[in-house]
Amino acid sequence: MLQDILVTGLVNGGVYALLAIGFSLIFGVARIVNIAHTAFYMLAAYCFYTLLVKVQLGFVTAALISVGGVTALSVLCYRLVIEPVREHEAAVLIATIALALVFQELMLFSFGGHYLGIPSTLEGGVRFLGVSIPYQRMLILAVAAAMLIVVWYVLYRTRVGLAIRATANDLEVANLMGMNVHRVAMITVALSVSLAAVAGVVVAPVFVVDPFMWLAPLVTMLAIVVLGGLGSMKGSLIGAIAIGYIEAITVFVLPAGAYLKGAVALAIMVAVLLVRPEGLFGVVFEEER
Amino acid sequence: MIRTALLATALVVSSTALAQNTLKIAILGPMAFVQGEHHWNGAEMARDEINKAGGITVGGKKMQVELVRGDTNEIQSVPDATNAVERVITRDKVDVLIGGFRSEAVLAMQEVAMDYKKLFLGVGAAHSKLGLNVEQNYDRYKYWFRVAPTKDVDLARTLFAVMNSIGDQIRKDLKTDAPKVAILAEKAVWTEGLIAAAQKNLPAMKMEVVGLWQPSAVATDVTAELSAIDRSGAQIVFTILSGPVGISVGRQMGERNMKAVAWGINVEGQKEEFWQAAAGKAQFVSTLDTYAEVEYTPKTVPFVRAYRARFKKAPTYTAATYDAIMILKDAIEKEGTTNPDKIVAHIEKSEHVGTGAVATFDKRHDLVWAVGKTSGIAVQWQDGKKVPFWPPQVKGMQPFKMPAQ
Repeated sequence: MLQDILVTGLVNGGVYALLAIGFSLIFGVARIVNIAHTAFYMLAAYCFYTLLVKVQLGFVTAALISVGGVTALSVLCYRLVIEPVREHEAAVLIATIALALVFQELMLFSFGGHYLGIPSTLEGGVRFLGVSIPYQRMLILAVAAAMLIVVWYVLYRTRVGLAIRATANDLEVANLMGMNVHRVAMITVALSVSLAAVAGVVVAPVFVVDPFMWLAPLVTMLAIVVLGGLGSMKGSLIGAIAIGYIEAITVFVLPAGAYLKGAVALAIMVAVLLVRPEGLFGVVFEEER
Repeated sequence: MIRTALLATALVVSSTALAQNTLKIAILGPMAFVQGEHHWNGAEMARDEINKAGGITVGGKKMQVELVRGDTNEIQSVPDATNAVERVITRDKVDVLIGGFRSEAVLAMQEVAMDYKKLFLGVGAAHSKLGLNVEQNYDRYKYWFRVAPTKDVDLARTLFAVMNSIGDQIRKDLKTDAPKVAILAEKAVWTEGLIAAAQKNLPAMKMEVVGLWQPSAVATDVTAELSAIDRSGAQIVFTILSGPVGISVGRQMGERNMKAVAWGINVEGQKEEFWQAAAGKAQFVSTLDTYAEVEYTPKTVPFVRAYRARFKKAPTYTAATYDAIMILKDAIEKEGTTNPDKIVAHIEKSEHVGTGAVATFDKRHDLVWAVGKTSGIAVQWQDGKKVPFWPPQVKGMQPFKMPAQ
């Protein structure tokens, strides 16, 4: 049983990590409460499904168009919906909830409530420690690791990354220093949504595509980002793996209570916050700033 | 007071509709979802067939059938479902209600329908309480009949009959005395009775229950559950699933190359879209079902073919709205009236040969269970096609297959 928990927890943690990286960037680093983040993930999944299954484009072409199209849409949404209310966090929260619901209803209208399947990019799998792991899940782990490195590099080794961190730290000072804070925020949204779109393309083939697929990951992502510590990419990664393991342990220890795995993960998150309100890596995050 | 006023208004308007020689039937279902889509499709087929033949004969006059689309959105919201019932009764002034899917919602919908004394022919929900209400308070609930499926307890009888047959095949193929069974049931009210029955009956059938796993009905990832089931050495995964988790189970079992075979209820597995939704990975997943091109009743094959020709897909069990409307037509024509009390009395004592069942009703207004009459059929996904394999005495059945060991 131990090896099942070790392998299953890691693989599922990888799925969450890929979803959490983009959310951590937008929510934790840029401090834009973009509730529509996972709705963009849903849009990318639908776009990928349409291009791959209906239009019958290749994996790479379909993936590139999906990620590019959804990222472009996010820029448009930022200019039209988020930017006008950017200074009021509550308004951003409400506006992005509305945006997510609009996307949901549009997909419900266009595709109905049907559950759709996307073929795996990589077929087959391996057995490791007696546990079967499909190649698609290993691909997700690899892409999550690659995305983490890319985001870290952009944030800490480029001028754009410096600008993102500076505006997140103090918007007014960054503005006074001559930075175009609106453009920086727009780039942050685009970068973050492109990560959600990559997740949609890579993760959706292991799940089911439907208009409500953005809700469950949203709650999990919030939990991971808060658990890991706002703004800490490292915290988000560890938070994602931790949630993956917590869920796996719940299923193995309490099989008849498998439906509680999400609730158990959230309860542990609440417990951690009661003891350490800044999250696991909140202090490190402050130092990094 | 308000409810009484609304009731009076509904009765007045209802009689106006009847006076116009139109029988208005509300088709209730989650219309954005497959269940509601098939509710509506089956009803449309019945309506067109009846109207093309001139309508329903009532006392020498012909009444045309008019369908009203009642989108209950019940998968998402029970209040939406009861609101839809109120709306079709008070605003659209329908005479009869047909449909419903999710037991939790249909229990609430039943209350509203009975408040207005509207005939409600259920097509979709399995929970026993719906029929128990009729037995316990006949005067209030007598307007309810369950046309499809059979109640949960009878679904269990069918499931165990098929399980016995699969168990025998496993005993023979794998040379084992007691096949190991893992119960994989979504957490929902309708699964509770079936789980209890499985835990009690499977050991009596000389099968070993290795565990119970209960994911959420909307879980998109069941790899941890399947990993644990794999480790338990289960040879049969007894599924009791109605939500999208059924797709995840089918797909992820295939991705993991599991040696166990899935049998049980998998509502998503009944749909033609299941194979695509599971990305072609759901090989050998089997489920209880209602329709296939087999001679279950004399009307089954013609209905399935006509449905497929019209809608380019096979019907799921909620398309039994067709049978519900035909039961209603027979009752109205035989009694020569649309009086609900007389229709109820007629349905109670009659037998109707439908497309999905040969229906007679018990004192709970539930279908009387019998193999080959109301039990339904069992199907298995084999290479992208849904292959019927049970009951063996029905013409057109094919062999059940096991994954390579």
